[in-house]
Amino acid sequence: MTNDTTPAKPAIDTTSERRAVLKGTAAILASGIFPAVHAQEKIVLRYLGTAVNQDKAIGEKFKADTGIEIQYVAVTTDDVTKRAVTAPNSFDLIDTEYFSLKKIVPTGNLKGIDSKKIKNADKITSLFTTGMVGGKKVGDQGTAPKKVIYLEGEKSKVFAKSPTQFMSLIPTVYNADTLGIRPDLIKRPIDSWAELLNPEFKGKASILNIPSIGIMDAAMVVEAKGIYKYPDKGNMTKKEIDLTIKTLIEAKKAGQFRALWKDFNESVNLMASGEVVIQSMWSPAVTAVRTKGIACTFQPLKEGYRAWAAGFGLPATLSGRKLDGAYEFINWFLDGWAGAYLNRQGYYSAVLDTAKSKMEAYEWAYWMEGKAATQDIKSPNGDVLAKTGSMRDGGSYETRMGGIACWNAVMDENEYMVKKWNEFVAA
Amino acid sequence: MQHNTSTPSAVALPRTLSAVWQASPYALVFVLFFLIPLGLIVMVSFWNFNEYEIIPAFTLRNYFSIFEGCSSLNDYGDLCVTFKTYVSTLRISLLVWLLTLVLGFAVAYFLAFHVRTNRMQTLLFVLCTIPFWTSNVIRMISWIPLLGRNGLVNQTLINTGLVQQPIEWLLFSEFSVVLAFVHLYTMFMIVPIFNSMMRIDRSLIEAAQDAGASAWQTLWNIIVPLSRTGIIIGSIFVITIVMGDFVTIGVMGGQQIASVGKIIQVQTSALQLPLAAANAVMLLIVALMIIWGLTRLVDIRSEL
Repeated sequence: MTNDTTPAKPAIDTTSERRAVLKGTAAILASGIFPAVHAQEKIVLRYLGTAVNQDKAIGEKFKADTGIEIQYVAVTTDDVTKRAVTAPNSFDLIDTEYFSLKKIVPTGNLKGIDSKKIKNADKITSLFTTGMVGGKKVGDQGTAPKKVIYLEGEKSKVFAKSPTQFMSLIPTVYNADTLGIRPDLIKRPIDSWAELLNPEFKGKASILNIPSIGIMDAAMVVEAKGIYKYPDKGNMTKKEIDLTIKTLIEAKKAGQFRALWKDFNESVNLMASGEVVIQSMWSPAVTAVRTKGIACTFQPLKEGYRAWAAGFGLPATLSGRKLDGAYEFINWFLDGWAGAYLNRQGYYSAVLDTAKSKMEAYEWAYWMEGKAATQDIKSPNGDVLAKTGSMRDGGSYETRMGGIACWNAVMDENEYMVKKWNEFVAA
Repeated sequence: MQHNTSTPSAVALPRTLSAVWQASPYALVFVLFFLIPLGLIVMVSFWNFNEYEIIPAFTLRNYFSIFEGCSSLNDYGDLCVTFKTYVSTLRISLLVWLLTLVLGFAVAYFLAFHVRTNRMQTLLFVLCTIPFWTSNVIRMISWIPLLGRNGLVNQTLINTGLVQQPIEWLLFSEFSVVLAFVHLYTMFMIVPIFNSMMRIDRSLIEAAQDAGASAWQTLWNIIVPLSRTGIIIGSIFVITIVMGDFVTIGVMGGQQIASVGKIIQVQTSALQLPLAAANAVMLLIVALMIIWGLTRLVDIRSEL
């Protein structure tokens, strides 16, 4: 027995030692001490949003400037909303569209952003705060940001009627959407939303299959065709929804649509392959078709644009150093570098002054003032987007954003609308 | 069981215990990841909801909503959305099932009875799996440059003068949906049918030939009945997959063809989770009914 135990002893010791180490590690992992110690050195912010807005260069530049790391969590527009409602602790910063707020804010999952802690808060473009561009009121049908940008308090589940200290979202990017066309295949000027359902383009048209956005495009068509004038396109009654869907169903039965599209790449493929010559489209998708060397125009129309806007929000439970870090990121974002970066992609940024200071004069003239390019216009990663002498579709910031007719929306009758939309898809 | 009762219980007990232990990991996974979520779905389908939350109060409104307006034809003389969707889903399932069955049976037959060497069989079998080497979505998208208006097929037809105008129904139609499904899922027919065929006693076929049966008679009276298990298993695979699909129908149908899966997806996107749950329960019931019908035709457990 003694002979047996002696050689065995060291073996027992090492295993028990190893066990202790394992146990210790497990305990640290379980108690969460390890991440806390780690966080003392640097902050990592989980940034929930769509891939379109999550640019690698922006995260890298921010880390270089402040040492705070941005961890992108990229999902689809619908899933951003879904996560905000069902898993509010799975992110530290959310980048979502203003129309989603009608679903998110009543849950109390968002914290009002204290505008006193945002350095450039008073410089945020008046489009968001008062709904004005260049001193003129723009269309506010649908979920216009000015209706949902202010909250009654830091912990509020309702929107404030007039400006307050607390904001629901700080705008990141926004734009005005219209129809994309293939000028080489259409061969005549297009100037109205009504053309989308023109039998001339039978089997060559497409519309967006995201109900809350597609219905707005359809409403623009219905008005342009003179069928009906909505008191508020962004908040239809059941009867108005019936009428709009009926128009779509009749067009579909007549074979107007080649396909419907749901994501960015689908719209690019439909257009680039020539399957479709006219469709509702997003600005970067038009750029993507063009970079393939195919003519594609983001056509301004006389009835105006359907606008959209996205912004940063903070989850209600965020606190301590992470909260400070999130505020630092938002401040940095409004400080110019990121704004200039986004403007060069064809979006618009929230604080125009700071972005202007980080852009070359010729770039500003092309992107924002609607002037002809005095030299080649390049994207942030160096691709030539427009040759010298060309002009931006839709002109200057003021003509373009001033031409907004309505905004992406969640209606009061949303459930009914989605149901009718399914009827359209099935027809 | 009969064997167990005849042996002393002292021996039987450890055997059942170890059997329970062996079955428990899978049972646990099954309960955790299938039965509990399924129970939750059924529960939520009876709950109420608004724009941003689901409200735990018993209601039948989701089920009423599914069948609203289904008692009569609508303004266009169509069935209601739910019936129309199920009819189109079932029609596509039936077509895909028939085509994959014929193709899958033919391929399996060739592999099992005409390929002599084992090595060749393995090689050809691997060849059949090539479509699975790339992702599902890529396989579907690659049809588009082939079948599109300016695609390879249409260009060839026009260049050879067979047609004047491009054929539009090649893409974004029921044709293209069925084509993509057959391409994707024939393999699920081949494998179980091939497996059944390999277990057919070859002497039965020789006996049939000796008795003067024609090739057709041998096929119909010997091979088909003995491959029944494989045919039913393959059919269950194909039908259940096609019934619940929304990605293939979406991409190949140009988002214009209704499927139950697509409706559920749109509803979950709009956070109408109880409605989506109710639709999922209905789909499950229909799929289970089909499977129940198929298993009436053959007792799978006794023949495996």
